[in-house]
Amino acid sequence: MPTEKAVAHHWRRFSERYGLIGSRCTSCKHYFYPTSIICPKCRRKGKIEEFKFSGKGNIFSYTTIRIAPEGFEKYTPYVVAIVELEEGAMVVSQVVDCSPDDVSIGMPVESTFRKIREEGKSGLILYGFKFRPLK
Amino acid sequence: MMRDVAIVGVGMTKFGEHWKKGLRELISEAGIKAVDDAGISGKDIQLIVGGSMSSGIFAGQEHTGALFTDYLGLNPIPAIRTEAACASSSVALSTGVMAIQSGRYNCVVVGGVEKMTDVYGGLATTALAGAMDRDNEAHFGLTFPGVYALMAKRHMHQYGTTREQIAMSAVKNHENAMHNPNAQFHRKITVDDVLKSPLVADPLRLLDCSPIADGAASLIIVPADKAKQYTDTPIYIRASSQASDTLSLYRRSDITTIGATITAAQNAYKQAGMTTKDIHFAEVHDCFTINEIISTEDLGFARKGDGGRLLQSGETMIGGKIPVNTSGGLKAKGHPVGATGAAQVIEAVEQLRGDAGGRQVDGAENGLTHNVGGSGSTVVVHIFSRNRK
Repeated sequence: MPTEKAVAHHWRRFSERYGLIGSRCTSCKHYFYPTSIICPKCRRKGKIEEFKFSGKGNIFSYTTIRIAPEGFEKYTPYVVAIVELEEGAMVVSQVVDCSPDDVSIGMPVESTFRKIREEGKSGLILYGFKFRPLK
Repeated sequence: MMRDVAIVGVGMTKFGEHWKKGLRELISEAGIKAVDDAGISGKDIQLIVGGSMSSGIFAGQEHTGALFTDYLGLNPIPAIRTEAACASSSVALSTGVMAIQSGRYNCVVVGGVEKMTDVYGGLATTALAGAMDRDNEAHFGLTFPGVYALMAKRHMHQYGTTREQIAMSAVKNHENAMHNPNAQFHRKITVDDVLKSPLVADPLRLLDCSPIADGAASLIIVPADKAKQYTDTPIYIRASSQASDTLSLYRRSDITTIGATITAAQNAYKQAGMTTKDIHFAEVHDCFTINEIISTEDLGFARKGDGGRLLQSGETMIGGKIPVNTSGGLKAKGHPVGATGAAQVIEAVEQLRGDAGGRQVDGAENGLTHNVGGSGSTVVVHIFSRNRK
């Protein structure tokens, strides 16, 4: 069963994934990744604007993936973490440039631009943000 | 005033690998058993509500509502397919309950099916990842076990829950499944077995994970006023409650709890006019061992953070204060995702009828089922009773 998607499926996410761009509600100072059109707290009174995150944050929780989904098999074992960005938003991505044993809750990290996976042999090569230990 | 609803018939396939049976054979078997159990004829049935999470990926077949009516020989009555990941067939029940409550239907078949073992491992992992946020979690290589691993890591960090305590859920549920003929596994395991099984997503290991399985489960529901026409032991649906939370786990401030469980459970206790003390057993969504711990807390059987200690105390075993997953749970009974919610309800019905054999909870009058879709994005809680009020 083919799992490759049309180019537009990924293309529309390029800017947010390449640049770690989300949004914030200027009424309640809540940050969102990915961009949310509605602030669940302020509803229609909320004012949403695009926001580029600094990429710095701390590890909130993490796991080492040993059984991978399609496209990630060759990367195992790899670490996936929830990172709490310094602005307060949470994001999920991989933690790289260190051994899984070196990762801990609370560890400071920064975002880095990396390859995520290839979508089949003739498909797109997908890129996006991952995290590495803050030097 | 909304009408009360009762269950008058149940039927399910054994859960496990069914090499000889596809979607339609599984659906037919469970449906016919339920119809026979209720002692009704096909002519009495007015509506089918059937859950399936991902028949499109697992079997290449969508439009499973039509498959249900067709292979139960029930054309031309209407059918609705419900989908809420692993909670698909509990949503089928809550939808069926609304159909009866509304007064529009007087006899509804609800159920669910999943045929998972016709695909190889990687595609199954990919299909199950559809229960999460595909674009923002799965895209970065997070898996479904990985989501619960993130919750487990945080629960251990915040509350000191131990790896051994988490393993005890699988050990207990395998023990219970020994007495359930429909369970996928009839094999006792030890804490040591769990801790030595291969890592899937640290800290969760293979024996922390519910298995890939095939199966189907069906229930016949009718207005409570008509229930005694069908059976001397109708089981009354005292509460039917559903709640939602963020699709992705990472957008929640606390990942040691499932907020939708708390909301759904509180609404359910209110509907039933009951508290946790009135519940004599619970089928709890142990897709991964850690979730039994988290969920017993969120359902109110333990204080937040004490779920591991509740499990260790033995009070959730058969004979304890609040037996949990007497059926063997998702872990040992098997977890054909779209059929799981309906199968939890069948365990509740068998317990309340006194038909649970070696796993019977003595004097069970009221029971609860708790079914989670994804990481807690959908939660359905039902409360059942031998007594109408």
